[in-house]
Amino acid sequence: MAPPSTRRPGFSRRAQYGLFFGYVIAVAGVMFAVLLLLVAVVDPTGFAALKGASLDVTRPITAGGRGVVNFFGGIGGSVRDYFQAGSQNADLRKQLAAERQRLIQARVVEGENRHLRALLKLDQDNPGTVAVTRIVGSSFTSIRRLATLSAGSGAGIRVGEPVRAAEGLIGRVIETGHFASRALLVSDPASSVPVRLVRDGTPALAVGHGDGTIDLKTLEVGQNPFRRGDVLVTSGIGGVYPPGIPVAVIAAVQKDRTIAKPLADPSRIDFAMVLPIAQPLADKPLSPQTQQAVEAAQQ
Amino acid sequence: MSRIAGSRRDLAMLGFRQRWVPLLTTLFASLLNALPFVVTTPLVPDFAYLVLLAWRLLRPEIWAAHVALPLGLFDDLMAGHPLGQSMALWTLTFLAFDFVDSRSGWRDYWTDWLFASVAIALYTAGAWYVAHMMGSQAPIVVALPQLILSILAYPLVALVVVGLDRWRLAR
Repeated sequence: MAPPSTRRPGFSRRAQYGLFFGYVIAVAGVMFAVLLLLVAVVDPTGFAALKGASLDVTRPITAGGRGVVNFFGGIGGSVRDYFQAGSQNADLRKQLAAERQRLIQARVVEGENRHLRALLKLDQDNPGTVAVTRIVGSSFTSIRRLATLSAGSGAGIRVGEPVRAAEGLIGRVIETGHFASRALLVSDPASSVPVRLVRDGTPALAVGHGDGTIDLKTLEVGQNPFRRGDVLVTSGIGGVYPPGIPVAVIAAVQKDRTIAKPLADPSRIDFAMVLPIAQPLADKPLSPQTQQAVEAAQQ
Repeated sequence: MSRIAGSRRDLAMLGFRQRWVPLLTTLFASLLNALPFVVTTPLVPDFAYLVLLAWRLLRPEIWAAHVALPLGLFDDLMAGHPLGQSMALWTLTFLAFDFVDSRSGWRDYWTDWLFASVAIALYTAGAWYVAHMMGSQAPIVVALPQLILSILAYPLVALVVVGLDRWRLAR
C-alpha cells in the first residue's frame, strides 16, 4: 500500500503551519507527561482526588460483573469435582483424620500459649477491622499487581492500611476513592513484608516477584534456612502489618532464591478485611530517658 | 438507514460515525480495565494500546499525534497507571509512526504486524521501566508472556478494527 498523500499538506502555508503546531503540541504533551511521571515517582500519592474519582466511576462495572465471573470460573471446578468424587472422598477422609489429630495438638498449644502470655503479661490487643469489603478487580493489563476493593474512604479506609483475607495477607491500600480503593498485592515487586518462619522464627523479607510469586530474602547471609512447605507469617517488625498473619508457603528452594506462593489468592477470594495500621511502638509513650534526651536535643 | 442518506439527520449521523468511532472504540478498550477479572500474573494484553495501534496503522490520516494525549490520560486513569505513563508512551508511538510513514515507501499486512510488534515491545519495555522507577523492581522476564500474547493478539484486534472501519465508512 502506498503511503497516503494526506500526511503531506502540500504547498498551503496554513496547512503546513497546522501540521507543525500539531507536532509542537504533541512534543510538549510528551514532556508534560514525563513531568507528571516524575511527580508520581517523587510523590506516589499525588493526584489522589483524580485517581480516586476514576476508581469510583468504574466501580459499578467492576463490582457488578464479579458475580458473573465467579459463576463461570466455578463451573470448571464443579465438573471436575463431579467426576473425581470417589477418589476425592477417600482423600478428604484421610485428610480429615490427620487434621483432627493436628487440631487436638493445636488446642493444647493454644492453652499453653495463653498460659505463657499471662505469665509474660503480654496483652493481646485485637485492633479489630476498619472495613470488610470485596476484591472486585485488578490491573490485569499492567505489569503492576494491584487489586480493586469495593469500598473506599467512605467506609473509613485510609492509604497504607493492610488488607487480609481469611487465608492470609493480601497487601496494603495505596489509593482510595470514596466508594472504591486500590491495594498493592504482596506479589507486586514494590511490596516488601517483614515475615518470620513459623517453624523456627527465622526473620526474612517477603518481596513480590511480579508473576504471582514471592521472593524471600533472609536477613543473614549463610545457609538457606527455608524448606519446601514452610509457612511464613508477618513478624510485625516495623509496624504497618500486624504480627501473626499468614503470608505465604514456600514452593521451591533454589540455590540463590527461595520462591513462595501467597496463601491468599486474590483471584479466588471474595472477601477482604482492611485492618488498621499496626504501630505498637509509636502508640506507646517514650521512656523517661528518651524523653529527657529529646528535650535536651530540642534546646 | 438506507444506503443513501436521505435527510440532514442521516448525514449528521454518518459524519458522527466517521468521526467518533475510532475515538470511542479506543476509550472503550481502555474501559476493559474495569472488568472484574483478578489476574495474578501479567498475561492479558493491553487492549487499549492494541486498538490504538490498529487504528493508527489502518488510517494514518484520522489522528494527529497530539490526539494520543487525552486518550492516554483516560487510559492512565482507568488502568491505574501512574499519570503520564500512557500519555507519554502513546504520543511517542504516534510520533514514531509519523516518522516511519515519512520514510517507508510502502506497507502491507506483514510490515504492519512487524511495526506493531516493535511498537508493542517498546511499549512493554517502557511500562516496565516506569514500574521500575515507581519502586516495582520486577525482572523484565516477567513481562515476556504478556509481550508475546500482545503480539499474537494484534492481528485479531486489527481484524476487529478493520470491520469497525468498514462499518464506519459504509454508506
